[in-house]
Amino acid sequence: MTERIRNILKEHGRLSKDAATLPEDADLYQAGMTSHASVNVMLAIEGTFNIEFPDSMLKRSVFESIAAIRAAVEQLTAGG
Amino acid sequence: MTSSNTRLDDFDPAKFHDELVRHKLIIPVGVPGAFGRNHVFEDVLARFDDAVTRVARDDGAEKMLFPPILNRKVLQDSEFLDSFPQLAGTVFSFFGTEAHHLELQSCLHEDKPWAHLQGMTDVVLIPAACYPVYPSFTGVVPADGRLVDMQNWVFRHEPSPEPTRMQAFRVREFVRVGTPDMVVTWRDMWLQRGVDLLRALELPAQADVATDPFFGRGGRMLAKGQKDQKLKFEVLIPVISREKPTAVCSFNYHQDHFGKIFGIKLPSGEVAHTACLGFGLERVVMALFKTHGFVPSQWPKTVREQLWP
Repeated sequence: MTERIRNILKEHGRLSKDAATLPEDADLYQAGMTSHASVNVMLAIEGTFNIEFPDSMLKRSVFESIAAIRAAVEQLTAGG
Repeated sequence: MTSSNTRLDDFDPAKFHDELVRHKLIIPVGVPGAFGRNHVFEDVLARFDDAVTRVARDDGAEKMLFPPILNRKVLQDSEFLDSFPQLAGTVFSFFGTEAHHLELQSCLHEDKPWAHLQGMTDVVLIPAACYPVYPSFTGVVPADGRLVDMQNWVFRHEPSPEPTRMQAFRVREFVRVGTPDMVVTWRDMWLQRGVDLLRALELPAQADVATDPFFGRGGRMLAKGQKDQKLKFEVLIPVISREKPTAVCSFNYHQDHFGKIFGIKLPSGEVAHTACLGFGLERVVMALFKTHGFVPSQWPKTVREQLWP
């Protein structure tokens, strides 16, 4: 799952650093992800994992690191 | 007290619109969100604009005037269409041959669709008075930053019968460029100035954190981020609703958004931050009419002295 998240970040995150080697807890906004880029990452995550983020999860902190995104995806795919 | 007004505590958008029309302050043109203004309306608007000038007198802002159209590329590069595709006004025109012109005429005379006979031009209607200025900052700004003062007609595609939501209106706007500290300090100073100025006009103005009307589900995420980071404030006055007061002044801190896009640098080499603030001039005028009545000569002396010093 982490690799798929890294690929999405590479394609949509507009990061100034390499998404393939970025530490899992690195701050993606510090790494150059703009708020518009984070929206595109969110939509790509939804498409890739076939999930839909509820409104309560559409916030910056959910997309602030690879680890945070993975936790959110796991939460939404658990039991599904 | 104000005989021309029925009841000042009665908030009804349709009634307020009709009263503005009845007093000939606005002149309907057949499209929601667009209307003419008479000389009384314009006098109040100019007087308030002058009052803003007096507040800003010693700030040393550079005055700039732009046409109410914008290079389409600037709109695209600014990510306006990523945020607000529903609000943009893109200008289309005719690029066809004589044969296309004949087809256009027959469509028009037969009341058939004709949009396919027009193409996109290089300009858009400006969505905020500040948009034309950012590309002019490209390069290194002075150590004390930049400060620009503008007024312009802006376009928002949000037709509505309620008079405070217009498709075209004027904004008196200031833009500050500099370090994050400089920009935020300036924004906070103006937030206080805005509230003070409006309260001096005996308007019940309140400042609050706000969000922009970003489009779609992604937009909800952008709005939440904007609110959590306190990037947008508004000064609000009840005009058509007590529960949902009308924003008459808006403050946006863009952080490094425009600095990155247009290559605006500080002398240190870091990306410059920007903020803007704008008074919605028609809305301020309407707040005055709502609060003090539709006849300015009958407004409280204390208010008149502020506007006609």
